[in-house]
Amino acid sequence: MYDVIIIGGGPAGLTAGLYAARGGLKTLICEEKVFGGQIVMSYEVDNYPGFPKGISGMDLMDNFIKQAEKFGVEMNYDGVKSIEDEGKTKIVTLSNGTKLTTKTVIIAAGASPNKLNCPGEKKFTGKGVSYCATCDGAFFKGKKVAVVGGGDSAIEEALYLANLASKVYIIHRRDQLRAVKILQDRAFSNKKIEFIFNHVVKEIQGDKFVNGILIENVQTKELTRLEVDGVFIYVGITPNTKFVEDLIKLDENGYIIVNDKMETNIPGIYAAGDIRVTPLRQVLTAAADGAIAASCAQIYIETQINT
Amino acid sequence: MAEVHLTQSNWEEEVLNSDIPVLVDFWAPWCGPCRMVAPVVSEIAEEYKGKLKVGKLNTDEEPEIAVRYGIMSIPTLMIFKNGEVVDQIIGAVPKEYLVEKLQQVL
Repeated sequence: MYDVIIIGGGPAGLTAGLYAARGGLKTLICEEKVFGGQIVMSYEVDNYPGFPKGISGMDLMDNFIKQAEKFGVEMNYDGVKSIEDEGKTKIVTLSNGTKLTTKTVIIAAGASPNKLNCPGEKKFTGKGVSYCATCDGAFFKGKKVAVVGGGDSAIEEALYLANLASKVYIIHRRDQLRAVKILQDRAFSNKKIEFIFNHVVKEIQGDKFVNGILIENVQTKELTRLEVDGVFIYVGITPNTKFVEDLIKLDENGYIIVNDKMETNIPGIYAAGDIRVTPLRQVLTAAADGAIAASCAQIYIETQINT
Repeated sequence: MAEVHLTQSNWEEEVLNSDIPVLVDFWAPWCGPCRMVAPVVSEIAEEYKGKLKVGKLNTDEEPEIAVRYGIMSIPTLMIFKNGEVVDQIIGAVPKEYLVEKLQQVL
């Protein structure tokens, strides 16, 4: 039996693992896809304290992983299908059907990038449609690309792409960006970046690969075709809570509700990182959540022994 | 390491003329998800040794091969059988999904 099973191997899960294992708990992290989580796609993280020169998301997460491994955290590449609450123990069922027993669970499964859900998006994914500028930007060197979105991610990735592409269009459905001012200023002063406000992407077009997009003015409904070779989509994230929606209390947007101890509505089950209701989603806050969740789980386990 | 380092010069011999199916991992050093998915690919290489050959193609070092197979996004995993592409998986996917795809071919 495990003391802690952590679902998700991003910064929240890895930090929770590190703290739990260092505290002497038998700990397992189940990560379905990519250890390191969403941040591994970021070319540069310049606001994680302790790194005044900035660091790539990948390198930062490499360090998180090494540190967790150092304290003896077990890690596997298994998705989790469900959690059952048996009171003093919990049953975690992996996607391959294996059932594991544990005293506590920390849900740190993060969030996934939203899709546009427009015609052509699925067809051309990997053939011009991308959700990761650092992964795919190099294939668009000297070409024209569109970035869809108006938040920090969209602007950051547009700035990254501007170093490679010949032109970057930023397409946003409103007339104001949500991104922080410093990013906005850098984008506005970049000669390769052109802003197209008040527009949405109606269709992504091409034959074997993307060769253009159809955009619509949200007010006038006028359609324009833009010739681009790539479309990078950054229109928000959705929490990965479908697998626990019947067990754990969520808010109206699907995020897990926790108190300041990262406790969910079920004793012994915690949540940490992007997946929980929080005013700020950063590597830093995810790591902090993970540490709190692991520490509180440890105290919970110790009180269980004494009752 | 059970994976074969693929280049333009050994592509024909290792991939096209292979007796057993080949899983090719198209990656690049600056691609975060590629690097993070590498351990899963390594595990697969070990587990299916003898039944499946696993090769890695660095798209930075071997751009001609990447262009030849229309690679515009990484990580991309391609499954080759008798020199032909029989399946491809774009983006980081769960190990299980990859195993399912391989079972269909092996």
